[in-house]
Amino acid sequence: MAKSEAPALVPCLLRLGDDRLVLGHRNSEWCGHGPVLEEDIAIANISLDLLGQATLFLRLAGELEGKGRDEDALAYWRDENRFTNLQMLELPRGDFGFTILRQFLFDAWSFHHLEALASSAHAELAALAAKAHKETRYHLRHSSEWVVRLGDGTEESHRRIQSSLDELWPWTGEFFWQNEVDAELAAAGVAPDPETLRAPWESMVKELLGRATLVIPSGLMRMTGGRLGRHTEHLGHMLAEMQIVARSHPGAKW
Amino acid sequence: MVNSVNGERSTVNGTNRALEILDSVKDPEVPVLSVVELGVVRGVEVTGDAVTVTVTPTYTGCPAMQVIEDDIRAALEAAGFRDVTINTVYAPAWTTDWMSETAREKLRAYGIAPPHLVGAGPLVPLGPTVRTVACPFCGSSNTTTASEFGATACKSLHVCHACRQPFEHFKAF
Repeated sequence: MAKSEAPALVPCLLRLGDDRLVLGHRNSEWCGHGPVLEEDIAIANISLDLLGQATLFLRLAGELEGKGRDEDALAYWRDENRFTNLQMLELPRGDFGFTILRQFLFDAWSFHHLEALASSAHAELAALAAKAHKETRYHLRHSSEWVVRLGDGTEESHRRIQSSLDELWPWTGEFFWQNEVDAELAAAGVAPDPETLRAPWESMVKELLGRATLVIPSGLMRMTGGRLGRHTEHLGHMLAEMQIVARSHPGAKW
Repeated sequence: MVNSVNGERSTVNGTNRALEILDSVKDPEVPVLSVVELGVVRGVEVTGDAVTVTVTPTYTGCPAMQVIEDDIRAALEAAGFRDVTINTVYAPAWTTDWMSETAREKLRAYGIAPPHLVGAGPLVPLGPTVRTVACPFCGSSNTTTASEFGATACKSLHVCHACRQPFEHFKAF
């Protein structure tokens, strides 16, 4: 088998797609509810980019899987325990500070992850990653600006985003979780060893959180099972809403 | 075309004709630019009355892409091409650097500040935007960014303090 056709590629693409589908859907809940008009538009745009990226990753996953599932089948017809997104991304959107801080923590990881994937031995994956990486740079700049503004802002904004950081931080350990899928892809030069992303991610995040006068909580980074289809109670509720129209009217066109 | 066999000549002429037609297909969101000027059309191949157009998306989630593909197909079919194929490629990733100087001038005249050249340098990933965007109406650099995200994925929102106009900027990407 050619090294660029590693069987682990399908789960890898599903993870990439699911992360963005779930976070994009969560963020889209802000549409019409943003704190100011510009931010409403910004979050909607970021959601759109994430859903666009999810479409491309899931489409390629479906093609390589060869079971006739396209991106819509993967998004709307899989149940909760088949989704392999990071658990942090499925948590309810919280207040604006929670949403934007989660976006920043994800963007900082995604920025380095996609950068590494852009030189993947698998040409199609590399092309999609390079494209998504360009969009992520804008997201990262936007989310990082907000984290500083809220963290180093008023007493109220500082208190609220610090409490979001306390809540979100333990979930970030999952960025670096790995199993045989990652080992196989790393050996084939298709995807980076997740552990190699930890140092650049930590360095970027610590620098920015420092500027935002936020304190990283101590304690263990909790390990979770999102990549294996184990989720919090929140994903099922989100999917029920996301999938209801497609499942009520199979094959509908408009 | 001199001394070419008929088939070959018709192919070259056909390609030019197809390109001319594509240059009349406008971006639905920015109707002052054609899909060729936008850099979305990456290649055209004509064989007889069959044509294959290679396109690349601007932003991954841009809802205008489907409209653009439909418009390309409709325009070519209306011009007599019977077999229209549209291929999508993702590499090299679309960049506003492909926009010509003429296209940039058209944007400015339309009231959208054109993108600067991205070149090889990376966009600053963290921190605020340092580059000022000149107002497309009065040319002043006394402007501020209202939002990095605008009414479409490709634009940001700005305000000119000289002529007091809000304006859009086609983001360098």
